[in-house]
Amino acid sequence: MAYVSSGVACSHVPALGVASDSGNTTDDYYGPIFQGFDFSKEWIAKEKPDVIFLVYNDHCTAFDARVIPTFALGCAAEYQPADEGWGPRPVPVVKGHQRLSAHIAQSLVLDEFDITIMNEMEVDHGLTVPLTMMFGQPDAWPCPVVPLAVNVVQYPAPLGRRCYALGQSIRKAIDSFPDDLKVCVFGTGGMSHQLQHQRAGLINSEWDDRFMNLLVNEPDKGCNIDHIEYLREAGSEGIELVMWYVMRGAMNKKVEEIHRFYHVPASNTAVGHLILENR
Amino acid sequence: MTESKPYDDIPGTVVFDSDQAARGYHLNQFCISLRLQPNRDAFKADPETYIDQYPMSAEQREAALNQQWNRMLELGGNIYYTAKLAAYHGINFQELAGLMTGMGSTSYRKMMVDGGRSIDGNRYKSEWQDK
Ligand SMILES: [Fe+2]
Repeated sequence: MAYVSSGVACSHVPALGVASDSGNTTDDYYGPIFQGFDFSKEWIAKEKPDVIFLVYNDHCTAFDARVIPTFALGCAAEYQPADEGWGPRPVPVVKGHQRLSAHIAQSLVLDEFDITIMNEMEVDHGLTVPLTMMFGQPDAWPCPVVPLAVNVVQYPAPLGRRCYALGQSIRKAIDSFPDDLKVCVFGTGGMSHQLQHQRAGLINSEWDDRFMNLLVNEPDKGCNIDHIEYLREAGSEGIELVMWYVMRGAMNKKVEEIHRFYHVPASNTAVGHLILENR
Repeated sequence: MTESKPYDDIPGTVVFDSDQAARGYHLNQFCISLRLQPNRDAFKADPETYIDQYPMSAEQREAALNQQWNRMLELGGNIYYTAKLAAYHGINFQELAGLMTGMGSTSYRKMMVDGGRSIDGNRYKSEWQDK
């Protein structure tokens, strides 16, 4: 049977993709960030997941304002890196796992999560930057990816506790898939940041630290952080952090924190990263 | 009648909620169209004709053509959309933030390297009144 072995939380700052693509990962600005992922690259080379279930948000790339699904599950054979206005990132095509996607899609709806099914979808930096941070620059990504896109652009994003419950439902779906597959779940986005208007540049490191502690050790409490707190304390774009709760919901109640990294800044954003293992 | 919202008291922030999204729809669709090269070429060739394909308000049109970044957000634009218009002009997210905050790129970048804008004094509009 398939099982969830580990979880990764990771910011998906577009500037990190640009830094990697332009070979700029060792200077004074980006060097310390990429070093924070040296451990992670070694860890995932040993962990060797068969599939990554990757929770991210699309930044008006695959979905413009015409269609805004709250939860959209990728069910395609592959996902092309999108042109976000600067040309597509020079990274490998993301291969899907259609049978697992189809199984999860069906299982979620029957478990009362009425998700949108995406049979074609381009993927933006929200999905490809975490792969870059964890795997570097391979010729092909080492395993297939099942993407879940969450609306965090148009307010309101789904509540933290809804994301957490969805993660639990995803876990049930994975656990009931008949093939032997080791699954690693990624929750991406965050940490505190605001990209817009006069308060742009907001960073709240104390809040980020508390957020990570709650996520790891007291998710039943942390998932109830309400939207106004995210907006005020973590910045208008910090609300992306609800997506970490989808990952957390797919993990055991008790997890072991294997790695934590936190750095300010990458461009406008605080970079946060966790590796959790099921125990 | 304008409904009051719990996030109205956050300073220097426009929350892109359903009302803003409805108001900014055509402006945002214009901005996002510039994600693709053929559209960037068409806009470059004839900006006024290109933008007139999108039935936005005169105010929005003016803000978009004059690169008034905060004004676009106030009129229903969203940062992930306006960032595509910025990209068209060769402006990245960090440079855009330098423009929106009025700080300019160099001092904005320095603020970020020094740990970012502190949350203290930046939670409530009332805290900005004495500035
Ligand atoms: Fe994001």
